Amino acid sequence: MRAFLGFVRKETLHLLRDRQTLAILLLFPVVQVLIFGFAVRTDVEDVAIAIVDPTPDVATLNLRERIAASDRFHIVGVTTSTRGLDARFRDGSVRQALLLPTDMQRRIGRGDSLSLQLLTDGSDPNTGGIMQGYATAIVDRWYREVVPQRGVLRIETQSRMRYNPTLESAHLFVPGLVAFVLTIVSALMTAISISRERETGTMEMLLVSPIRPVAIVAGKVIPYIVLGFVSVLLVLVAARTVFDVPLRGSLVLLLAESGLYIITALALGVVISTKAPNQRTAMIAALAGLLLPTMILSGFIFPIDSLPRPLQLLSYIVPARWFLVIVRGIMLKGAGLATLWQETLVLVGMTLLFLVRGSRGLAIRLG
Amino acid sequence: MRTVFFLVRKEFLQIFRDRTTVFQILLIPVVQLLVLANAATFDVKQVAMMVVDEDRTTVSVGLVQRLEGGRQFRVVRYEPTDAGVDHALLDREVTAVLHIPRHFEEDLVRRGWAPVQLVLNSEEGATAGIVQSYALSILGAYARELDRTLPRLEATRTVRVAPLDLRTQRWFNPTRNYKHWMVPALMVSLTTIIGLLLTAQNITRENELGTLEQLNVTPMTKVQFIAAKLIPFWLLSLLIFTIGLTIGKLVFGIPMRGNLLLVYLAAMVYLVVVLGLGLWISTITRTQQQAMFVAFFVILIFLLMSGLFTPVDSMPRWAQYAAEANPVKHFVAVMRAVLVRGAGLETVGRPILGLGVAGIGVLALAVGRYRKSVA
Repeated sequence: MRAFLGFVRKETLHLLRDRQTLAILLLFPVVQVLIFGFAVRTDVEDVAIAIVDPTPDVATLNLRERIAASDRFHIVGVTTSTRGLDARFRDGSVRQALLLPTDMQRRIGRGDSLSLQLLTDGSDPNTGGIMQGYATAIVDRWYREVVPQRGVLRIETQSRMRYNPTLESAHLFVPGLVAFVLTIVSALMTAISISRERETGTMEMLLVSPIRPVAIVAGKVIPYIVLGFVSVLLVLVAARTVFDVPLRGSLVLLLAESGLYIITALALGVVISTKAPNQRTAMIAALAGLLLPTMILSGFIFPIDSLPRPLQLLSYIVPARWFLVIVRGIMLKGAGLATLWQETLVLVGMTLLFLVRGSRGLAIRLG
Repeated sequence: MRTVFFLVRKEFLQIFRDRTTVFQILLIPVVQLLVLANAATFDVKQVAMMVVDEDRTTVSVGLVQRLEGGRQFRVVRYEPTDAGVDHALLDREVTAVLHIPRHFEEDLVRRGWAPVQLVLNSEEGATAGIVQSYALSILGAYARELDRTLPRLEATRTVRVAPLDLRTQRWFNPTRNYKHWMVPALMVSLTTIIGLLLTAQNITRENELGTLEQLNVTPMTKVQFIAAKLIPFWLLSLLIFTIGLTIGKLVFGIPMRGNLLLVYLAAMVYLVVVLGLGLWISTITRTQQQAMFVAFFVILIFLLMSGLFTPVDSMPRWAQYAAEANPVKHFVAVMRAVLVRGAGLETVGRPILGLGVAGIGVLALAVGRYRKSVA
């Protein structure tokens, strides 16, 4: 036991000695939360819209005012013809254009049909669709108020966004960040740490020492478990104080699940390190094999339901995917173990698998 | 000049000697592009929906049929009461719940309007808004259909003047292909990741192995050294970029509306910035591990704040100003402007010039930071 404690101490010293890496590891979660909370947003605001109004009158001025008053849009130009509009769309200074008919007020008076055209920069289909929706809604509302009509049949829809009523970006990304940060701290760092020991030849020395291989691996991962926990707490505190992200479920459960995921990621790191011959291969494998899947195939940024079928199947083997459901469930929905037991079981199963693979990899090296 | 040439040759030999790395360098971008282009989408496929129908009339059943008729919804549960709603949402069994109250049909017939309630699981944010707009458009279409077909009390009949005819057009990407938007930007991201990681690691590696000492005692100048480190990776990155463009064209059919030469001009200038930055990182770190972490940190911030995944316009003001200093943002913008919108030099000239200035600055920094003597 004393030998083991000494070994843990050695590993801790290793970790603390490299100040630069440690600083990045601790800074990383906080910077990530700030970037995601402040800068990575999907809401569309402040769209540059141009208005082509050949014959300004009371009706067109009223509509223009409606658009200007909305904080979704700012009018970047009112012209009487469409000349030059193409070029402005191409260089991106105009994202939308609303083309009004001539003599709008008179047409309304006579009851003629009003044909308007709405041009949208659709190069980004997602934003394009949202912009089009906003503009259409404003025109529709204006039309209903200005043009006299009666008794059009309506189905009034009251929408409620459950769990994140304001669609606040920070609330969406923070749970994902917990998973992401833990993967980096735990899996990447262990993979590198063990493969470095191998590359520099000190692994041999450890293996011939009386410490058992299992104890070596355990000793290596213990400092990272602590570091992982510190990262989780940093993310949670930053999310709470700066962005007011809710924690509707139990904190104890959240920490326990985080502990489980840290062990999963660490075990995965051990598996990678037993396969990789040197640091560079381990790093590239961890980067390509872990970080991107954790970002792309876990539902962190892009929803799993949006993935094509084969990639959805692939996402089942990404541990972060399951952990993300758990964290979102606890933080946003206030779910308990009764709802999340399946995901938890999957993680436990994966962890056992990685542990068996990892220790077998070490045993082969001994033989 | 001859010195630089020989050094470049040495770098190339070193790169190509390590077959696994060459393999990784060339294969990872290809795989990434193929996988990411398919994965990076906010597209909403069929949404699992629960309908609580307390009305159970022709009109309410008709609404359910309209919802199922579109491609967007799959009604997985059809219940008479809202007893199971909470549990179904919590368990992620359904994403949307439509609640049709009692007297739905009767209300429509007698007073011309009726409420319904739509509850969405918004834990995944971006999709919830899109799902909502799908549902609203189906409900709107159904309301218009009923407006014509449903027999109603005389007093509530529609009297309409000056009908609205709003025609919408989406330019540049009429088929709404998300890949046309993402693939040009993904090419930027993969050349950036590979280029920055390789250069960041390069000098520290020589330092760790001790071969940097050997280079330092030769008579070559600092500028020659940095140039020799830059050129091979510059060529390699351009090759990766070309592979990316070819895949983009052949596999994903991305549009190339503008001048391809302009894209290459931007790429050449941009790569100087990225690789120069990598070399600078390489001169300020001591071990490969450190270099990797710093490079990784920089890449992550650059990519996330570049407008690649989420629009720059949606960021707060200060972040938009900060993004001006981000080379990735400018190159992504140039790629999209030229390829998707067919913009010319008058639009992208300024950002390219800005990148050029940044490139010179970063190289000066790398040359200045590199020490031939041992401290």
